[in-house]
Amino acid sequence: MPEAPAGTLYRGREGMWSWLAHRVTGFGIFFFLLVHVLDTALVRVSPEAYNAVIGTYKNPIMGLGEAALVAAIVYHAFNGIRVTLVDFWSEGPRYHRVMLWIVVGLWVVTMAFFLPRHLGNVFGGH
Amino acid sequence: MAETTPLVIEAPRTPARRRTTTRTNYELYGWVFMRASGVVLVVLIFGHLFLNLIDGDGISAIDFGFVAGKWASPLWQVWDLLMLWLAMIHGTNGVRTIINDYAERTGTRVVLKSALYLAFTVVVVLGTLVIFTFDPCPAGAAADLLPSFCPR
Repeated sequence: MPEAPAGTLYRGREGMWSWLAHRVTGFGIFFFLLVHVLDTALVRVSPEAYNAVIGTYKNPIMGLGEAALVAAIVYHAFNGIRVTLVDFWSEGPRYHRVMLWIVVGLWVVTMAFFLPRHLGNVFGGH
Repeated sequence: MAETTPLVIEAPRTPARRRTTTRTNYELYGWVFMRASGVVLVVLIFGHLFLNLIDGDGISAIDFGFVAGKWASPLWQVWDLLMLWLAMIHGTNGVRTIINDYAERTGTRVVLKSALYLAFTVVVVLGTLVIFTFDPCPAGAAADLLPSFCPR
C-alpha cells in the first residue's frame, strides 16, 4: 500500500473535519457497544450481578461518560443522514456545507434538551 | 469431446488486463448497507436512548426489574434484537474500513480483522441468546429485585 506523507490535512475544511469526527465517534461508539452488550448479558447471570454493574453506570463520572456517548451518537446519527443525503439526493453535494451546519445546530438543540435531564438524573441524588 | 479455449494472441502493446477473478460487488453492498442500516439505527437508538435515559428517572431507574419489564413485551425484544444485529454489522463494517485504511502491513490487517470478527461473533451470539433465553423471574432471586409480575 502506498504511504501518505505525514502531516497532511487532506483537503481540510468542513468535508474533512466532519468525516474525521464521523470516524472517531463511530469508532468510540462501537467499543462502547461491545461493553454494553456484555454488561446487559449479566441479566442472564443474576439480578444481583446486573444491578451491581449497572450501578456503576449511575456514578457521576460514568454519568459524564454517558453524556459524551450520547453527544457522539447524536453527531454520528445526524451526520450519517447528511452523508446519505449527499450520496442519494441530487442536490446533496451542493448543500453539504449547509447541511453540516444544520447537523451542528440539531446537535446543539438535542444536547440542550438531553443534558439537563440526564445530568439531573445523575446528580439529582435519587 | 472437451471444448478447447481458442488461443488468443494479443496484439503488441495491448495493455495488461486486470485480474477479474475476484471482482465482486460486496463493497457496493456494504456501502448501501451502511446507509440503509444507519437510517434504521437512528430510529432504533434514539428510541432506546429516550426510553432508558430521558423518560422517567433515566439512568437512575435502570435495574434488573426495568430490563425484565421491557423484555416482557415482544416489541422490545424485537427492537433490541434488531438494534443488536444492525449496530454490530454496521459497527464491524465501519471498523473494518478503518483497519483497511490505517493498517498498512498485510499481517497487521489479518490480525486486527480476525480479532474484530471474533468480537463480532461472540457479542452477537451472546446478545441474541440473552434476549431469547432471558428469565424475568429466576428461581431463588430476592423478590424485591424482580419485576412486579413475578409470582411471589
